[in-house]
Amino acid sequence: MIRLASRLKLRPARAPEIRGRHPGLGLWSMLAIAGFSLAGEPPLGLPPVPVPASNPLSDAKVELGAKLFNEKRFSSTGLVSCSTCHAPDKAFTDSPLQVSAGVHNQDGTRNAPTLANAAYFKRLFWDGRSPDLEDQSRHPLVNPVEMGLRNYDPVLQLVRSDPDYVRMFRDAFAKEPAAVGMTEVKQAIASFERTLVFGDSPFDRWYFGGEQGAMSESAQRGFKVFLEDGRCVSCHTIEEQFALFTDNRFHNIGVGINRIRGELLRLTPELLRAKARGINVDKAVLSDEDTAELGRFALSERFDDLGAFKTPSLRNVAVTPPYMHDGSLGTLRAVVDHYNNGGVTDPTDQVSDYLSGGIRPLHLSEQQIVDLIAFMEALTSPQFAALAPGGSP
Amino acid sequence: MLATVLPVTLVELAFAKGEENFSFAVISDAHIQNVRSGEFVRSWDRGLIRAVAETNLLNPAPDFVVFGGDLAHLGTKAELDHGAQILAALHPKMRFVMGECDYYLDLGEYWSSLFGPAWYSFDHKGVHFVVLNSILTDEQWTHGPWGSDELRMHEMALLDSAHASPFMVGEEQRAWLAADLKGIPRSVPVVVFSHSPLQKIYRGWNFWTEDAEQIQELLKPFDKVDVIYGHVHQIQYNQIGNISFHSVVATAWPLPYPQSYTQAQTYLPKLTVPMNRADPFFERDGTGWQLVNLATGRADIYYNLYNNAPRNVAFNPATGRPEDTTYQAPETRIAPQQHY
Repeated sequence: MIRLASRLKLRPARAPEIRGRHPGLGLWSMLAIAGFSLAGEPPLGLPPVPVPASNPLSDAKVELGAKLFNEKRFSSTGLVSCSTCHAPDKAFTDSPLQVSAGVHNQDGTRNAPTLANAAYFKRLFWDGRSPDLEDQSRHPLVNPVEMGLRNYDPVLQLVRSDPDYVRMFRDAFAKEPAAVGMTEVKQAIASFERTLVFGDSPFDRWYFGGEQGAMSESAQRGFKVFLEDGRCVSCHTIEEQFALFTDNRFHNIGVGINRIRGELLRLTPELLRAKARGINVDKAVLSDEDTAELGRFALSERFDDLGAFKTPSLRNVAVTPPYMHDGSLGTLRAVVDHYNNGGVTDPTDQVSDYLSGGIRPLHLSEQQIVDLIAFMEALTSPQFAALAPGGSP
Repeated sequence: MLATVLPVTLVELAFAKGEENFSFAVISDAHIQNVRSGEFVRSWDRGLIRAVAETNLLNPAPDFVVFGGDLAHLGTKAELDHGAQILAALHPKMRFVMGECDYYLDLGEYWSSLFGPAWYSFDHKGVHFVVLNSILTDEQWTHGPWGSDELRMHEMALLDSAHASPFMVGEEQRAWLAADLKGIPRSVPVVVFSHSPLQKIYRGWNFWTEDAEQIQELLKPFDKVDVIYGHVHQIQYNQIGNISFHSVVATAWPLPYPQSYTQAQTYLPKLTVPMNRADPFFERDGTGWQLVNLATGRADIYYNLYNNAPRNVAFNPATGRPEDTTYQAPETRIAPQQHY
């Protein structure tokens, strides 16, 4: 882990254009500043950002990454960029969409996770099929239901010919256009994403900052539920000095898998035969609704991963609905109810045979549920506070 | 040797004749426990339900599934019925082994009415299988002044009961076994299922069979012998002469090796590769079920572990004993878990 050199005096990137109902420019500059100020100390509640030795951060790379992140010409229709589904003014999600919409408004099968603090994940994507941000960034470009390119040629063509890109790649990598490849494109996007780090929530000020009144009493009681009766902390882990709220593991919590209960005997061997024939798993899980629900099993082929998805962080959870890998739960209340029921959304449903150990009925009282939600609402970073229900604009 | 991805991939086994390739699954120690009328311990239920559901996804399907004993926790009809109902969802044919928790309430009467005899043998695709009831003990203890059947059951169900009695196969079965093995060619692979280990590990916990040596003697003449046992709720393997010993894990809960408990100095067989400490939050950690492949005529066991990485223990012809294919070398053993 490398602590960013404090000599990096990063200036806000040129604000990308944000169209539509959310003027959001002010927000964007604020985010950019918040992210970049990271170059010194990480925000309260977070550890230093892990940066791979093979891709050290620099302001030129980050600035380039921000531009690439907003580049719509990387899609087959010229309308979709990374920021389409990871919009800065929606806390880097496409809330309130249940699943993401790519080129030609095609629906994927997964809910767009926020990029805020994605820098800390040890594996990327809901099923962890990507080992790092660099690798992750290349997949949506060529996925038929995301950005829809046939291959990376249009990307390379653009970054090697557009004068802005030529200059920026020269600044960031000291490479001439002909030498710029996907490696540099991926490294720049990943570098930008490593600046999207957001702590300083009321919880952080209360728990790590010792600020007594930073979090409501209800939220403080909710934290106790989070640690004890709610059993949340076992997967959404916290440490002494910081809290990432994820164990970076994969669990079957009874979401999605129940829909394909009757199909598993057919689906599992089918997928494995298809993999043996060499199908692209990335495309398969995003274009086939049933295959998508197999979760990490599609990668690992281990029963323990059947219907299992990555534990997301809980930071900024109140401003990133809907929830779960398939966006099937609209509110935090629905999420808590699902866990309180022992891994079923409708208490009359049959529990998944493959449910992860640890998921069981919680018998939380109404007051505990209300408090737990208040706690989760106290995990919102100030940069996103305006997005919260009742948040000031 | 089994690939780690084996459970649902199409693997060609290499038995002498193509049509004789086969595998079987082992599920054990479910300890279905009746809390009160109609209510059972959820965690033990889920462990068994999951084993059944996952075993049903195996492709190719195993030829049969062995249940290794302790289906019930305190031997009641309600527990045995509930367990049998969960197991009824299994697609392959089943074979049953008697455990002490199935037995000591009514001395196996209800269990036998559901699953048949407690010791028997059968042949399958060139392998001779033997099932023993190894959890019997002497008549005096069994019919002692217990006051109630429940008290007797409780003493045997306790892990470190001071009043329990060592398990044994007994004279009657040993005579039957000797007769059963008579006439079986020495080259035929023999696989023996028992609930308690047919080797002596730790008497304090009844990881023990009193007449183990006498059983081993009867198995000695065969070229390839595997003994597969439940009861210990952990992964153990060992080689004594020609006999490979393998334990299977429970679906209910894991147990530590007795070394961690014994207060007086005790001689215990050294555990080759200890199991990782189970993470208490993941109530299924340290439990699972296994798939046994007899492609070489020796049992190669794939341990499908819930909330954990699978393990493979396979016979190594070079060393003449079973070995963990991943964690055998000390430098590649699992590091202690660090988890908050």
